[in-house]
Amino acid sequence: MKNKEILIIDSTLRDGSHAVHHQLTVKQVADYSMAAEKTGIKILVVGHGNGLGASSLHLGQSAVGDTEMLTTAKKYLKSTKLSAFLIPGFGTIKDNLKPALDAGITALMVASHCTEANVTRQHIEFAVKNNLETYGILMMSHMISASELLTQAKLMESYGVNGVILMDSAGAYLTSDVRRKISTLVSGLKIGVGFHAHNNLGLAIANSVTAVENGATILDTTSRGFGAGAGNCQMEVVVAVLEKMGYQTNLDLYRLMDISEEIVSHFMTHSQEINKMTLSSGLAGVFSGFAPHAQKAAEKYGVDVRDIFMELGKRSIVAGQEDAIIDVAMNLKQKKSSSEENFQIESLT
Amino acid sequence: MKKPSKQKTKKSKKIPVGIIGTGNIGTDLLLKIGRSKVLECKMFAGVRADSEGIKRAIEMGIPTSIESIEVFKKNKGLVDIVFDATSASAHKIHAPILKKLGIFTIDLTPAKIGRMCVPQINLQSCMNIDNVNMITCGGQATIPIIAEILKVHPKTKYVEVVSSISSKSAGMATRDNIDEYTQTTAESIREFSGIKSAKAIIILNPAEPPILMNNTIYALIEKPDLKKLKQGINRVVSEIKKYVPGYEIILGPIHENNRLVVMMRVRGRGDFLPEYAGNLDIINAAAIVTAEEYAKKKLRH
Repeated sequence: MKNKEILIIDSTLRDGSHAVHHQLTVKQVADYSMAAEKTGIKILVVGHGNGLGASSLHLGQSAVGDTEMLTTAKKYLKSTKLSAFLIPGFGTIKDNLKPALDAGITALMVASHCTEANVTRQHIEFAVKNNLETYGILMMSHMISASELLTQAKLMESYGVNGVILMDSAGAYLTSDVRRKISTLVSGLKIGVGFHAHNNLGLAIANSVTAVENGATILDTTSRGFGAGAGNCQMEVVVAVLEKMGYQTNLDLYRLMDISEEIVSHFMTHSQEINKMTLSSGLAGVFSGFAPHAQKAAEKYGVDVRDIFMELGKRSIVAGQEDAIIDVAMNLKQKKSSSEENFQIESLT
Repeated sequence: MKKPSKQKTKKSKKIPVGIIGTGNIGTDLLLKIGRSKVLECKMFAGVRADSEGIKRAIEMGIPTSIESIEVFKKNKGLVDIVFDATSASAHKIHAPILKKLGIFTIDLTPAKIGRMCVPQINLQSCMNIDNVNMITCGGQATIPIIAEILKVHPKTKYVEVVSSISSKSAGMATRDNIDEYTQTTAESIREFSGIKSAKAIIILNPAEPPILMNNTIYALIEKPDLKKLKQGINRVVSEIKKYVPGYEIILGPIHENNRLVVMMRVRGRGDFLPEYAGNLDIINAAAIVTAEEYAKKKLRH
C-alpha cells in the first residue's frame, strides 16, 4: 500500500481565495504558479473560492476574473496540470467552462453538495469529452452517512471521473468519521478516493493522514493551510508527515516549505487561526466560507457570531446560501429587541 | 387511448389542451388545469407507463398515452394548446412538430425556442405566436422585480439572482438541465430588463423539512431610492399575486455593502408537490395564466 504514490492536489490559489475575500492579484497567481511548478505539484487548482462563475455580489467578487487568473497561471505551468473548479448552478458550460478550456485548463474539479451528485453529470461529461483529468467533489460530506456518500460517489464514477474527493467543507469531521467514510468509498469504488480537510477542530492533518491510512490516494491541500475559515490541510506539513510514515508524494519538500514561507505567508492578510468563529462553525457543521460573512453580519446587527453559526447549523444551510446569514442575524437581533414596539426591518438599513 | 364523448366536447366551453411530460411539472399542471374555467386536459402524454403522474391522470379520468409527442401527431385537432414539460433536448424535437400541427405551444423547459414570457410583463405580446417559453422558475420569480428596479434606476449595470430551491422539488429534468437552467435564467434577465450584465445562481438545498423557494436579488446601485423602489416593487408583487398567491417579499429592498438586496419567497399551492415547491408552482402558474389568456381569446371568437 505504501508504495502507492499519494496524489497531492494544490488548491492554494482556489481555497486561499476565500481567505482574502477573493482578492488574489495577478502577481500573486504568477509568483505562486511559477514556484508550484518547481515543486513537482501534479495539479494546481486556480480561481475564485467557489469556482468558475462564482464571482458575485452574493459570494464576493474576485479582484481578477476567472479567465485572467487561469491564463496567468498557465504561462508558468509545464508539467503541472492547470485545473479549474466548478459548482453546477454557479458556472455554466457556455459562459465559464469553454473560456476556461480556451485558457488552457487540463484538469477540472466538479463539486456539488454531497446529496446532489446528479447535478454534476453535464459538466463532468463535458470535461471528460474534452480530455480533462476530472475529479468529482462531494461538499459538506459530514452531513450524510458513509453509505449515502457511496451512492453519490458512484454516480460521479458513472459519469467518468478519475476520482472522488470527500470535502470536509465545515471542518467538522472527527478521525473516526474519516475512517468510516473513506474506507466505505475505497471498497465500493474502482476509482481513486480523496479527502479535502479543513482545520476548524484542529484535525486537518490527522484527518488527511487517517484518510490515506484507510486507502485514500488523493489529498486536496493548500500551502500553509491558506484557505477558508480555519484553513485547510497544510500541504508541506502533510507531505512531511506522509514521508516520515513512508508514503510517497514525489514532491520537493524543501521547496514546499520555502513557498509557504516566502510566498504564501505574504498572501495572508490576517493570521489564520482557530478562533471562536472558526471553532464554533466547525462545531455547528457550517461551511467555513461563511466566516467573513457571519462576522460582518454579527457586527452589523450586534449579535454573537457563535449564535449565528449555531442557528445556521440548525437550519442545515448549505454552501451558496450566504444570503441566509443576513436573515439569521436579523432574526436573532429581532428576538433580542422584540420589546421595542416599533421595530422594523427597514430601520436596520 | 380513451376517447371523450363528442357530446361533452360540444357542450363544453373549454379549450382542449394536452401535456407532454408526466413528471413533477406535468402532473402539477394537470391538477391546475382541473381548476381552470377555460381549459380542459384532453391528453396527458409521457413515456413511462408506471409514472406517478400517469396513475394520477387515470384516476382523474383524463386520457393518457405513453407515446409522448406521437399521440398528438396521430390525433390531429385533439388539442389547441400543448404544455411541454419534458426537457430542453426533447423540446427541440417537439417544437417543430407542434408548430406544423398548428398547436399553441407553452414550453416549460429551458430550451428557449419560442418567445420568453413573463405574464406580468409581456403576456399580450405572446398571444399571436406559436411557441412561448416560460423561462425558468427563478426567472419567473425575479424578472418582474428586476425590471422594476431598472425602471427606477435605469443606469444599473449589474444584477444577479440567487434561487434556492429544495432538493425534493428538483426533479430529474431540472437536474439534467441545470446548465441550461442557469444560462437561460441569466440570459432572460438581460433580455427583459435591458441590463448588460446579469448572473444567475441556483442552489439545491437538501435541508429537511424542505425549504420554501427563496430568491435573492442583488443589484449594484450606489444610492438607491428605497421609497420609490418599495412602491414599485409592491405594485409588481400585487400583480404577480393574482396568478401566484404564495408570492411575497420577505426582506427589503434594503441597501447594504453597496448592494441593493431584495429577497422573496414563493409558497406553492400544494397541488402535486407540497407547498415548499414554490418553484414548481410559479412556473406552472405562469404557464396556466398564459394558456388561459389564449383560451379566452379563442372562446370569444
